[in-house]
Amino acid sequence: MSRRIRLILFLVSGAGFAALLVWGELGLPPFGRYQGPYGTILDSVAVLQRHATDVVASVTFDYRGFDTLQEEYILFAAVAAVTLLLRAERDESWQPPSDEAAGRIVARPSDAIWLIGLSSVAPVVLLGIYVVTHGHLTPGGGFQGGVILATAPMLIYLVGEYRTMRAVSPTSLVEVAEAVGAAGFVVVGLAAMIAGAAFLTNFLPLGRIGSLASAGTLPLIEVSVGLEVAAGFMLILSEFFEQTLELRHRRARE
Amino acid sequence: MSFLPYAVSVWLFLVGLYGIVSSRNLIHLIICLAVVQSSTYVLLLAIGYRTGAGAPVFAAVPLTTPAVDPVVQALTLTDVVVESTVVALLLAIAVQAHKRFGTLDPEELRSIRG
Repeated sequence: MSRRIRLILFLVSGAGFAALLVWGELGLPPFGRYQGPYGTILDSVAVLQRHATDVVASVTFDYRGFDTLQEEYILFAAVAAVTLLLRAERDESWQPPSDEAAGRIVARPSDAIWLIGLSSVAPVVLLGIYVVTHGHLTPGGGFQGGVILATAPMLIYLVGEYRTMRAVSPTSLVEVAEAVGAAGFVVVGLAAMIAGAAFLTNFLPLGRIGSLASAGTLPLIEVSVGLEVAAGFMLILSEFFEQTLELRHRRARE
Repeated sequence: MSFLPYAVSVWLFLVGLYGIVSSRNLIHLIICLAVVQSSTYVLLLAIGYRTGAGAPVFAAVPLTTPAVDPVVQALTLTDVVVESTVVALLLAIAVQAHKRFGTLDPEELRSIRG
């Protein structure tokens, strides 16, 4: 199919689709007049039921915790799939990390980038840990904090320290961290069953509303999800780095 | 303008779809898919919005404060995570396609044409 025909086909079908989409969204309640029952009920009962001041976190990790467990395993499966897709193939070989173009010397980053980059690593790690551990109190949680944590090795790469980045996030350690994080969520769910409740029931003491050690199992799940997300993203990033920096086609070198 | 957020989600969906159809580069195509998916964030958050209400976080406000729907916000969180995994997977496939065919132009990936 030529480009022209494809674009004409898209414009016709896209216009029809747009009309259906607008028609469907016109049937929604007007913007700002939310009428659904669940949000209203949860806003009034969730804090007292779960002792977590962030209702989004108690919905994510408690009320619909089983769905979030599966969602976490979507990420786990994607990391495995990326690792599989980007494996070293028969006609590829490993080489010491260097720039793609032969003979090109990579300029050292400027002092400003080096200083700001390296000095923000520790604050970024601290912020990540804060966001992970306070997910049940304020906006944040395992997914958001985990991504922040995964940016710390990225900062080290940005200042030109690829080897240091690999040294602070060795693949074997990151893989173990990912597995522990993924398993932690399930272990919390199974612990509830051992305690005599249904899978993923919030069975721990709920604590005082607003304190760090409150909301029962929520902080435990947040931490294990944070570990899984941080390690998962680090693995995905290191796979992409290997592709450009360490793996070479045998043909390309001839 | 009570329809504006819904209109934005329709526009994001269609403009992303146009980008996918007319794309000449796989990386560009993947980012267009991310644009399509971002329309669902706008739609979900718009459905849960209540005029004048705050975030469903009661850390510093009394429990009776009006708040927006927390369920759609949790769903949006799921949506964002799924999108990031989809993008990572597709980028990995794009890397392999570039190795096999030496190009990122979807028009020139002859051997996988249907």
